[in-house]
Amino acid sequence: MAVKMVNLTIDNHSVSVPAGTLLVDAAKKVGIDIPVFCYHPKLEPVGMCRLCMVEIGRPVVDRATNQPVLEADGSPKLAFGPKLETACTTPVTDGMVVMTDNDKAAAEHKDMLEFLLTSHPLDCPVCDKGGECPLQDLTMRFGPGKSRFLFDEKKRLAKQMPLGELIILDRERCIQCARCVRFQDEIVDDPVIGFSERGRSLEIITYSEPGFDSIFSGNTTDICPVGALTTIDFRFKARPWELNAAASICTHCPVGCNLTINVRREARSGGRDVVKRIMPRQNEKVNEIWICDKGRFAHHFTESDQRLTEPMMRKGHEFVPVSWEEALQAAASQLKKAGDRTLALAGGRLANEDLFNLRQLALGLGGEAGLYSIMGGGELLTQVGVGQGTNLGDLGPGSAILVIASDLHQEAPLWWLRVKQAAERGATLIVANARPTRLDKFAKSVIRYNYGEEVEAVASLVPEYKSEVSEAVRDGIQGILGAENVVVFFGSDGLSLQGTTALATACANLLVKTNHFGRTNNGLIGVWPNANTQGAFEIGYRSMPDLAGRLAEAQAVYIAGADPAGDDPALAEALRKTGFIIVQELFMTQTARMADLILPVQAFTEREGSFVSGERRVQRYYPAVKGLPDLRPDYQIVAQIGELLNIPLEGRVASLVFLRLAEALPDFNGLTYQHLAEVEEQWPIYGREDLYYGGTGYHNHQGMGVQLKPAAQRVEPLYLPDAPEHPALTVPEGSLLVVPITRLYDRGTTMLPTSLLHERMEKPVIYIHPNLATAAGMQDGQSFQLVLNGISTLVQVIFDENAPVNAALLPRSVGVPIQGPALAQKEIVSA
Amino acid sequence: MLRGILEGMAQTFRSLLEKPVTIQYPEVKRPVRARYKGRHILKRYENGLEKCIGCALCAAACPSDAIFVEAAENTDEKRYSPGERYASTYEINMLRCIFCGFCEDACPTEAIILGDNYELSFTGRAASIYTKDMLLESVASEDQLTPQSTPPGAFTRSVPEMKDTTE
Repeated sequence: MAVKMVNLTIDNHSVSVPAGTLLVDAAKKVGIDIPVFCYHPKLEPVGMCRLCMVEIGRPVVDRATNQPVLEADGSPKLAFGPKLETACTTPVTDGMVVMTDNDKAAAEHKDMLEFLLTSHPLDCPVCDKGGECPLQDLTMRFGPGKSRFLFDEKKRLAKQMPLGELIILDRERCIQCARCVRFQDEIVDDPVIGFSERGRSLEIITYSEPGFDSIFSGNTTDICPVGALTTIDFRFKARPWELNAAASICTHCPVGCNLTINVRREARSGGRDVVKRIMPRQNEKVNEIWICDKGRFAHHFTESDQRLTEPMMRKGHEFVPVSWEEALQAAASQLKKAGDRTLALAGGRLANEDLFNLRQLALGLGGEAGLYSIMGGGELLTQVGVGQGTNLGDLGPGSAILVIASDLHQEAPLWWLRVKQAAERGATLIVANARPTRLDKFAKSVIRYNYGEEVEAVASLVPEYKSEVSEAVRDGIQGILGAENVVVFFGSDGLSLQGTTALATACANLLVKTNHFGRTNNGLIGVWPNANTQGAFEIGYRSMPDLAGRLAEAQAVYIAGADPAGDDPALAEALRKTGFIIVQELFMTQTARMADLILPVQAFTEREGSFVSGERRVQRYYPAVKGLPDLRPDYQIVAQIGELLNIPLEGRVASLVFLRLAEALPDFNGLTYQHLAEVEEQWPIYGREDLYYGGTGYHNHQGMGVQLKPAAQRVEPLYLPDAPEHPALTVPEGSLLVVPITRLYDRGTTMLPTSLLHERMEKPVIYIHPNLATAAGMQDGQSFQLVLNGISTLVQVIFDENAPVNAALLPRSVGVPIQGPALAQKEIVSA
Repeated sequence: MLRGILEGMAQTFRSLLEKPVTIQYPEVKRPVRARYKGRHILKRYENGLEKCIGCALCAAACPSDAIFVEAAENTDEKRYSPGERYASTYEINMLRCIFCGFCEDACPTEAIILGDNYELSFTGRAASIYTKDMLLESVASEDQLTPQSTPPGAFTRSVPEMKDTTE
């Protein structure tokens, strides 16, 4: 469908843009900055701030002949309106002549700025926005040098007003553009802030408990065009012009949001560079210009004083610091002794380079390498993952999205946002889950099943499935049948490792049967627990269903970026039987405490590396800070051990390891770090040195990553297993089914050091439906000893109307070990 | 020729009896001019609160990157300066400073001035870095030292209202 182009003239520049484009955007495309405050390219225009006034002339059309009236010299006759018009709400029309900086428009801009400044406090020296503030920039460019309003009549209000633990409001500075309010309403559907009162008394208030209860709240500080909303994390940390920037990738979830890490040296840290704030970096294919609050604020682990700083070896019951030479020698000799009874166990936190080297080391010894993950099935994505060129932002009418067993809002917030927006654009959204989630509201059909029936729920969506189906399922089938593109997200809500593997297989089979694979905007996406779980699968790691047995049998275990002992007491028990344990970690985890040798590593801010996102986009991150002395990146440590064992591994720099990796793996064929650093033109134009204001996030010039082609797109034969038998859950009388769910603010190793988020972090609780709770004799808020798999932990009961009536929900990573659906005694013992 | 020698000697003897232009530094010091630009001083208000609010505009204006500022937040219990923000670290590297006075011009609270002191000598590079304690004006009495405990709501504004001197 060809888009109708409209030709117009802006400040003597001829412009041709698609019909429906707003004037302000059309001007931007030819490099003309019309000043704006309330207008934001990602939000619906409202025309509130009245700053973008321009003079518009439209060709006069003779009503009788429907022909343009011409002047004597043959040019079309123009009719100028008596008043100026807002460029942010006016769509372009053919033949329009726009003047953005003639005397009339310039006077308007000047007067509007003078007016907006009547009550602005001018405390720029102490304002965190000062230096990257559009009000400052636009006043310098368009505004008056002096105000005619009386200084004494400025509005005076108390300065700080925290809207929650994360965001602080300064009411004096607010210019009432409503960008924040509209962002919360339109973009993230969390209408927790709003305007109160009117006129000069108007102020932003929060009406949620706790205040500003939204996981996207930090973005409002980016788009606020003044210093009214600022984050507590960055409060007075540095002036924006003092910061250095390094491109990075978020390590908290599989979305792989592009970040910019702002650093500055700090006297308190002995003059070292420290991370001052995390900002979004534009990637319209991944995170657009947004990031969630976990990505923005949970970076403090990288500078925690709990970090491991030197290699340590067990001597009796104690750890003694040893030199790197001694540590590497010890590791090498023990691995040599173990030979083919070596097990390398890696977590999805590691970069591709680390995973590759570790696997090569284990295979070189004749041993094996496994992935430590709560989810399986990633090997299927190498075949039927989403095709190259997939962009959730392109999905709309004619596309269907199935989200099964995942609470995307909590597991991968940016995917939730993008899926929600796709549904709003017209994509058919099918949500299948055992409990209501935040995505249901936007779904065409919501399929409810009982925990344990996930595989069946997917199977019922296959068109040829025979048995009687509910209306929701019929809608779902219709949605998939009628769609040109289908993307399926599968998660781990209420599932074990085996459960997710079975679910992944079922989803892959659904896509193959309906022929929605191997193409752009079609395929499977795993909502993984870690940033690089997908990368581990790509490199050849597989999840280990019988991990405890393998650990117990192994002569030497090399664990990197994983804490099995901390997650599961059964695995801790198994590790006690292991011969020699090497742990490569950032922190003294439970597993590290059991180790014979501890090797400290660099955090992601201190090194280079690359991740593969759930959409199979390979993205690289860059070193931001120098970090602690004498720490090494994972891949280097492994390579140095390899050298002692005569296993040739690359360990000099990450880019060289990546070259080796790309040679070895067909999916990565020909990729280099240079490819990952390539960028393309993006719209909206964002975060550059201009007056047009999209936000304080960063323009992307360091790389948008490369999406891998799945095997199906390379037209290779598929090897898909049949969906494995997944036994249904039976809950005996007198038992309570407890299932694990994933929450955004958990108490994981990389979350706890961020004290700012402590109040919002999950506590050891179970969410339970009042009916189920009363049957078990529980009261809301009551604490009791929950016995799961023979382990007793103190948990608190929280009544939740949204919880299913046949199972209680237990968040992962809050200190209560749970690996999958488990049974507890219904009769509870009160604490 | 003899006449020339005598004239010269006469000048010499005249000068011998004049008041000498040299002074016995360091026992005796010559007063500096009104606009002399010597070592920086961080000023205080009359009640002892620091004028500096840690905005780092001096550091931004500094052409030789000699100033390093870090800010932190005031509370009414521990108040260093009026308003929300104060300088928790303030350092000037006197080896880098070129005494141009741009910092003075940039300061929105007239907190930093270049004073009379020109006695800047150090035995090491580290000693050339003057910290906030060294730069801050001394106080008349102990109770004017910062941080101070102040009544709530009394010092909410960082930048004082100042007269426009051009009018």
